[in-house]
Amino acid sequence: MTATAQRRGSPRLSYLLDRTEVLGPMLMAPAILYMVVLLGFPFLLAIYFSLTDVTINNIQLGFSFVGVKNFAALFRDAIFRQALRNTLIFAISSQLLAMILGQTTALVLMRNFRGKTLVRVLILLPWAVPIALGVLGWKWMFDSLYSIINWTLRALHILGPGQWPQWLGTPTLAMISIIVVHAWKSFPFIAVIIMGAIGAIPQDIIDAAKVDGAGFWRQTFQINLPIVAPIVSVGVIFGTVFAFTDMSVVWLLTKGGPINSTHVLGSYAFQVGIVSGDIGQGAAISLFLVPILMLAMVLTLRAMRRREL
Amino acid sequence: MRLVQRFLKQLVFYVLVLALVIFAVWPFYWMFVTAFKTEHDLYNLQAIPYIFNEPPTLKHVRWLFNNTEFVRWLWNSLFIGVLVAGITLLVAVPAGYALARMAGRYAESLGIGIFLTYLVPPTLLFIPLSPIISRLGLQDSLWALVVVYPTFTIPFCSWLMMGFFKTIPQEIEEAALIDGDSRLGAFLHVVMPLSRSGIFTVIIFAFTLSMQEFVYALTFVSSTTQKPVTLGVPTELIRGDLFFWGSLMAAALIAGIPVAIAYNLFLDRFVAGITGGALK
Repeated sequence: MTATAQRRGSPRLSYLLDRTEVLGPMLMAPAILYMVVLLGFPFLLAIYFSLTDVTINNIQLGFSFVGVKNFAALFRDAIFRQALRNTLIFAISSQLLAMILGQTTALVLMRNFRGKTLVRVLILLPWAVPIALGVLGWKWMFDSLYSIINWTLRALHILGPGQWPQWLGTPTLAMISIIVVHAWKSFPFIAVIIMGAIGAIPQDIIDAAKVDGAGFWRQTFQINLPIVAPIVSVGVIFGTVFAFTDMSVVWLLTKGGPINSTHVLGSYAFQVGIVSGDIGQGAAISLFLVPILMLAMVLTLRAMRRREL
Repeated sequence: MRLVQRFLKQLVFYVLVLALVIFAVWPFYWMFVTAFKTEHDLYNLQAIPYIFNEPPTLKHVRWLFNNTEFVRWLWNSLFIGVLVAGITLLVAVPAGYALARMAGRYAESLGIGIFLTYLVPPTLLFIPLSPIISRLGLQDSLWALVVVYPTFTIPFCSWLMMGFFKTIPQEIEEAALIDGDSRLGAFLHVVMPLSRSGIFTVIIFAFTLSMQEFVYALTFVSSTTQKPVTLGVPTELIRGDLFFWGSLMAAALIAGIPVAIAYNLFLDRFVAGITGGALK
């Protein structure tokens, strides 16, 4: 076979390739290299940039080290403080809403009923359709003149004759719209995670518990929950990170407006660092996502450890 | 009484199902109706918007295909997706195998470490990546996305493959080794043929994940002809404040629904990746 041919060709190489401690790292190397070059290095670069006055104009010519000036500037920046607050409000409320909806969906879909397969496919659509395209539908639904939401609310007599809310045109309504759209996008994900976790409970454990006479509560709290919780928590942590770090929904719906009232960290970093070209300042903004990311990673690790037990 | 109670329970259940379905598909239904409505019907505030008050038209779809770069964007997305899937396969399959079989006692930590990098968001890295992309001469080119997208497909797919390889009994390889095959040979001749479904999953995921990405595309690509469909549709079909809603909705549906179907088919494996790391 080819292996023998290879062996004849270069005995030394094939000897080395047969050793697990050589072959293992060799197979890992491309992945690790890729992540170091395009993830690790840019991350360090972001930290470096955040400490300089680099902009799109002086990046070739040379820029200088300014210490924590960029960060100090941020704390004086009202838009940034607003963006930071928005990020928290947006991530927490959209995630809570998604969890309520996702939990309900999971409970509903655990039951058998006619047309369940179709219902499942339909409910999963918001998660499965590319976000940039799904959100466009909402943007049209929130249209200032032709909003179908307003039309429906008026037809249901929830809105009076003179009322025609500007969903994306007033700060509070715009935030609510963004939160609802993000929850719409992520609740199917939470639902499938919960269903996956419940499906992961081994049937023999359930049977054994029943034989041993465990009642409903005992079974729920001492058997199901300890198995389901760590799995679901990984999904929830992922969902929360996506919510904290996302900018697509905001950018597609409001671009941070009206008057910068709906920026989140991601969209503001984009606005400052990419659109305006102030790379140093933009990098400083996006670094505020790091603590959240770190926390999420630690929590994921702990959830995974608990699962191994 | 019991019958009434049961009936009420059923009723509540179906109302709940209906409410969830309506919430999920409302925008899609509205997109569908909009895509085929005449302009006059679309902007008529007196008529019921949910139905076709005038006969449906293909005008918006035709305009989309004839007057915009829509087809080009679809090709671009396909091109990026295929290349990203290829790179992901070349990098993630060996990595997953090494994590499952070889890296010794560090394997688990390393595996989790790689998996966690999946959490690193584009909004953290787009700023430092953009000078790197220009240094590589890839600014404003879809090749930038081909290079960058594997940063999120590799972690996830390595993890998936690791779970997959763990389900293949080690004895099969040991038998091949005893028969005189080399370690690498056993991987190529024995393990790979057993891994077709895992590899297929990786291809679909790398493809759909890159089809869904938006932020990196927005950052790195600005020429009309280089855009993937998820970027071209929301940025090019809007001129100033003027939205071409009919064509926009048609474009979003034509590009979005196939991706959604592909994703739906493999969703269980995606969930298994996040929840269990095991893939069967």
